[in-house]
Amino acid sequence: MTDTSSLQYTAEHEWVLVDGSVATVGITAYAAEKLGDVVFVELPGVGSTVASGTVVGEIESTKSVGELFAPVNGTVTETNDAVVDSPELVNSDPFGAGWLIKVEFETLPTLLSFAEYSALIGE
Amino acid sequence: MSQAFTQRHIGTDVDAQSHMLATLGYDSVEHLVSAAMPASIHADLFRQDGDSALPLAATENEAVAELRALASHNTVKRSMIGLGYYDTFTPAVIKRNVFENPSWYTAYTPYQPEISQGRLEALINFQTMIADLTGLTTANASMLDESTAVVEGMLLALRASKSGSRRFIVDADAFPQTHALLANRAAALGIELAQVALNEQTTAEDLGDYFGVFVQYPSGSGRIWNPQTVIDLAHEHKALAVVAADLLALALLKSPGDLGADVAVGTSQRFGVPMGFGGPHAGYMAVRKGLERQLPGRLVGVSVDAAGHPAYRLALQVREQHIRRDKATSNICTAQVLLAVMAGMYAVYHGPQGLKTIATRVHERAGALVAALRAIDVDVLTDAFFDTFQINVPAGAAEVVAKAAASGYNLHQVDANTISVSVDETTTLADLSYVVGAFGGRSAFGHVDFDAVQHGLPTDLDRTSEFLTHPVFNTHRSETSMMRYLKRLADYDYALDRGMIPLGSCTMKLNAASEMEAVSWPEFAGIHPFAPRADVEGYLHLVRQLETWLTDVTGYDTVSLQPNAGSQGELAGLLAIRGYHQSNGESARTVCLIPSSAHGTNAASAALAGMRVVVVACDELGNVDLVDLHAKIAEHAADLAALMITYPSTHGVYEHEVGTICAAVHAAGGQVYVDGANLNALLGFARYGDFGGDVSHLNLHKTFCIPHGGGGPGVGPVAAKAHLAAFLPGHPLAQSDEHYLLSSGGVSATVVHAGGPVSAAPYGSPSILPISWAYVRMMGVDGLKHATGAAVLAANYVAKRLENSFPLLYSGENGLVAHECILDLRPLTAATGISVDDVAKRLIDYGFHSPTMSFPVAGTLMVEPTESEDLGEIDRFIDAMIAIKGEADAVAAGRWPADDNPLHNAPHTAQSVIEGEWEHPYDRATAVYPLASLVRNKYWPPVRRIDNAYGDRNLVCACPPPEAFE
Repeated sequence: MTDTSSLQYTAEHEWVLVDGSVATVGITAYAAEKLGDVVFVELPGVGSTVASGTVVGEIESTKSVGELFAPVNGTVTETNDAVVDSPELVNSDPFGAGWLIKVEFETLPTLLSFAEYSALIGE
Repeated sequence: MSQAFTQRHIGTDVDAQSHMLATLGYDSVEHLVSAAMPASIHADLFRQDGDSALPLAATENEAVAELRALASHNTVKRSMIGLGYYDTFTPAVIKRNVFENPSWYTAYTPYQPEISQGRLEALINFQTMIADLTGLTTANASMLDESTAVVEGMLLALRASKSGSRRFIVDADAFPQTHALLANRAAALGIELAQVALNEQTTAEDLGDYFGVFVQYPSGSGRIWNPQTVIDLAHEHKALAVVAADLLALALLKSPGDLGADVAVGTSQRFGVPMGFGGPHAGYMAVRKGLERQLPGRLVGVSVDAAGHPAYRLALQVREQHIRRDKATSNICTAQVLLAVMAGMYAVYHGPQGLKTIATRVHERAGALVAALRAIDVDVLTDAFFDTFQINVPAGAAEVVAKAAASGYNLHQVDANTISVSVDETTTLADLSYVVGAFGGRSAFGHVDFDAVQHGLPTDLDRTSEFLTHPVFNTHRSETSMMRYLKRLADYDYALDRGMIPLGSCTMKLNAASEMEAVSWPEFAGIHPFAPRADVEGYLHLVRQLETWLTDVTGYDTVSLQPNAGSQGELAGLLAIRGYHQSNGESARTVCLIPSSAHGTNAASAALAGMRVVVVACDELGNVDLVDLHAKIAEHAADLAALMITYPSTHGVYEHEVGTICAAVHAAGGQVYVDGANLNALLGFARYGDFGGDVSHLNLHKTFCIPHGGGGPGVGPVAAKAHLAAFLPGHPLAQSDEHYLLSSGGVSATVVHAGGPVSAAPYGSPSILPISWAYVRMMGVDGLKHATGAAVLAANYVAKRLENSFPLLYSGENGLVAHECILDLRPLTAATGISVDDVAKRLIDYGFHSPTMSFPVAGTLMVEPTESEDLGEIDRFIDAMIAIKGEADAVAAGRWPADDNPLHNAPHTAQSVIEGEWEHPYDRATAVYPLASLVRNKYWPPVRRIDNAYGDRNLVCACPPPEAFE
C-alpha cells in the first residue's frame, strides 16, 4: 500500500514519486473516481522528451477523457505496459499498479504537498 | 370538413391546457409564454400582424393533394447518370417493415442501449457488411454521404499519419462532387490538395510529400485499375491510403483491405435505398486494425449486460464531440441510421450469393451495352469497367444525351465530346436497346450475340476473399423469415409508437403519417441528384417554398437546405462567416466564442471551420456570464470571428440578455451564430434574425418533424442574413444556383449561394423535405405558434408537478422554463447513492424512455415533453418519476440496501424475475409491475443493464457468433 502522504502532487490531480532523478507519475484516486471506469490509456513513447505542463497522454473512461500532463521537464524512461493492457488498474490501484510513466529529470519544480493537495480537493 | 391538423399534432386539447395552466397559475398559454420569454425579443416588436409569408393552414388531404401536384412536375426517367447514385430495387419487405414502419423511423439515437437492441443489432449487421465487403477490420454505423466520408477520411489520415505533411493527394479521376467538397473543406483547415492522375505506373516522384492519398475504386469515369502500387507508395511515405469503393463492385473486386488500404469510404445507397434526388443515404467508413479510435461518428460494439449476456451499445463514445468538443474526431453526430438499417437488411435478405448475382448481372449488362455500341462503331473509351464507361462522341455529346432523354433515359454528359453511362440492378435489356438507339443504332442491338460478349474484370483484381459469412446473412432468404426478423428486432426497441420519449434537446414530437406520405412516391424517391433541371421542377418549387417559409419563421433573408445534418449546418454557417470576414479583408478574425453550456458539436464544427474556440463562462443561473463575455470580447477585439449561442439556451431557459449579447459581439466586429437546436421553444413568438442573429442552422428533424430514424437522417438547413448569402453552400452540379431572398418591397427576389458545398448532393437530403413542407403547410402560422405554446406549457407543467421530488436546476423569468427543464438529481444522489443512471434505467421498468442524461449538466435529467404528448401520457411520466423518487427515499431510509434495490438492479428482464430463486429484498411484482397498469401493457427490455466499460475495454464491432447468445 503506497503511503500517499509521502507523495507530491500537481493541480492536475497527478501524483509524483521522486526517487533520485526519476519521477514516477500517476493520477490520484480522486481523479480516477471522477473519470469513472477507465477503458483506454495512451502514454508517450519511451525516450521521448516531455515538457512540464504539456499534455503527453490521455486517460479515457466510458464517459470522459482526462489528459496526462508532464509534471517535470525530462525524458520518459519507462511506461506502464500493464496499465495499457488493463486500463482498469487506474481505478483499482491508482497509487500503485496504476502508475503511468517514469520521467528522468534534472530539476524538480515545486509541487504540491499531500496537505496542499488534500486542501485542493477539499478533503 | 376534416379536423384541423393542428389538433392532431398537438397532444393537449383546450380542457387539458386549462388544467395545466391552472396548475401553473396562468390564465392563457399566451400569458405563460409572455411571462417566460423576455418582452424585448417578441416578434410583435419586429413585424406587423398578418405579415407572414406562410399560407393559411391546409388540411391533411389538401396538403397531400398539393404534394401530388408538386410531384407531377418531376419527371422520373431511367437514370444512367451514375456518379455514385444508382437506381436500386428496395425489397418490398424492407420498404414496408422498415422504411414505412414507425417502430424504426420514430426511434431515437440508441443512447439508452437496453431499449435499443433491435436497431443496434441492425447497425452491427451494417458494420459487419461494410467491414466484410471492404476487407477491413472495423466499420462505423454510417456517415452522412460518400463525399463527406471522403473528407472525414482525409481528416483521419491527417490525424493518424506520422508524415508531418499537410498535403493530400487526390485521384484526378474521382467524382466531381467529391473534388468540390474536398476543396471546400481542405481550404478551411490549411490542407493543400494535389490532384494527380493516378495509375499503375505512378511513382514516388509523381506524389512528392503528403500525409494521405485518396483513390476512387473503380474510378470516377468507371475505369478499373489496380491501386496496389499507389497504396504501397503511401505506406513507404508514412502516409495513409483512403479508398472510396463501390460496395456492389466489391462483391466481384478485390477489397480495399486486401489491397492494403488503411481507410475505405463510400455510400450504401445502391443497397436498396432510393436515390431521392440526392438523399438521405448512409455513407460508410471502415478502417484497418489500429485506427478504431480515429473513427468519426457512431460505432456500435458488443458488451455484456448485468446477467453476463451479450448486449450491444454505442462504443468509444469519448471520441465524439459531446465529450471532446473541439478535439473530437469529427463534428458529425446524427448519422444515417434508418438508411444504414435498410442497406444492412438488403444484404441480410440477398446474402453473399445474391449480392454476387446482382453485381454479376449489372456487370454483364454493362458489357452487353458496350458490345452493342461497339458493334455500331461507337467509340467506347473505357476497357476495364464494372458498371460505368465513357464514350467519345466528338462534338456530339449534347445531341446524344438529348436524344436519350427524349426516349426517357438520362445519360451523363461529361464534356462536349464525352458521355458516361452507368448500368444498375434495375437496368433491363430493353433499356439497353433504347440507349443504343440514342447513338443511332437501336436496330443493331438485336444483332449482338450476347453469348459471344467478353465479360470479365482484370484478373489481378478478382475477389477471392469471402464476405458475409455470418449466419445472419445466410438465414433470411424467404420473405416470411425476413418479415419476422424485422418484427423481432423492432419489438426489442422503444420508439414513439410505444410511448413518450422525453429527451431534452431532441424534440421527439409527432412525425405524422400524412407528413410521411410523399417520401416514397417515385416522383420524389426515384430522381437522380444530377438529373437535368427540366426533370426536377417540382422539387425546385418545393425547395423554393420551404426556403421562403423557413426564412419567414426565423427572421432571416435566405436559407440553404443543403446541409444534411445539424452539424453540417453549423459548419456551413461558420464557413459563411469565415468567407464574409475574408471578403472584407479580415481573415485574421478566427476566434469563435462558445459558452461553456454549448453542445459539444458547436466547438467541433468551429474547429473544422478553421476557427479557434474560446470558451465563455456561464453564471450560477446558467446564463452566459456577461462579465466574462465582455472580457473575452475585449481580449479578442482584433480577431473575433463569431459567437455561437444556443437560444433558448441548452439549459432550457430564455436568456434575458440575448439582445445585449448579440449587440456586444456586433460592436466588436463579430458575427452572431444562433444554434437553432431549441427553435421549438420560439416558433411564432420570436425570431433569431430579429434579435441579433446573423446565421443559424435549424434541425428539421427536431422542430420540423422529420423523424429521427433511430439516429438519422437529419436535415440542418442554414439560414442567414443577406450579407452572408453569397457565402452559403453552393454546388457545382446544382440544377439552379438561385435561392430565395427576402426583399424589402415584398417582391420575390433571388440570390446565388456561391460558397463551396458541404454535402455530396446540391439539396442535401431532398426526399425528406416534403415532411417538413407538409408540417408547415398543415400547421400554418397560427398552428406553429400554438405548438410552441403547448410545448412550453408542457415543460413548465412537468417542472411544476415534479418540484417537490426533483428540484429544477435552472429557470428564467418568473421561475419559468422554455420547452424543456433540467431536473437536478445530484441532491438525491448525495443523499441516497441513487444515480442518474439508476433513475433512467428504472424508468424502463415503468415503460418509459429516459430523459436526456447528464447533458448539459452531469448528474441531471433534461425533460422535453414536446407539444405532441397528451396530458394522460405526461401525467403517466410524472407519476412514474414521483414513484421512483419514493423508491429512492426507501433506499435512503434503509428499507432497501444501496446495492440491492429496484433502482440499482434496473432494468428487469422477464428472465431476471422468473429464473432461479428470488433473493432480493423487494418482490418480483415491484421489479416489473411497479404500477398495476403495466400488467396488460408492459414493455419488456431484452437485456439488463449494460456494462459500458467492458465493451470499451474489449472492443468488438461486428456480429458475434450465434453461440454467444446461447
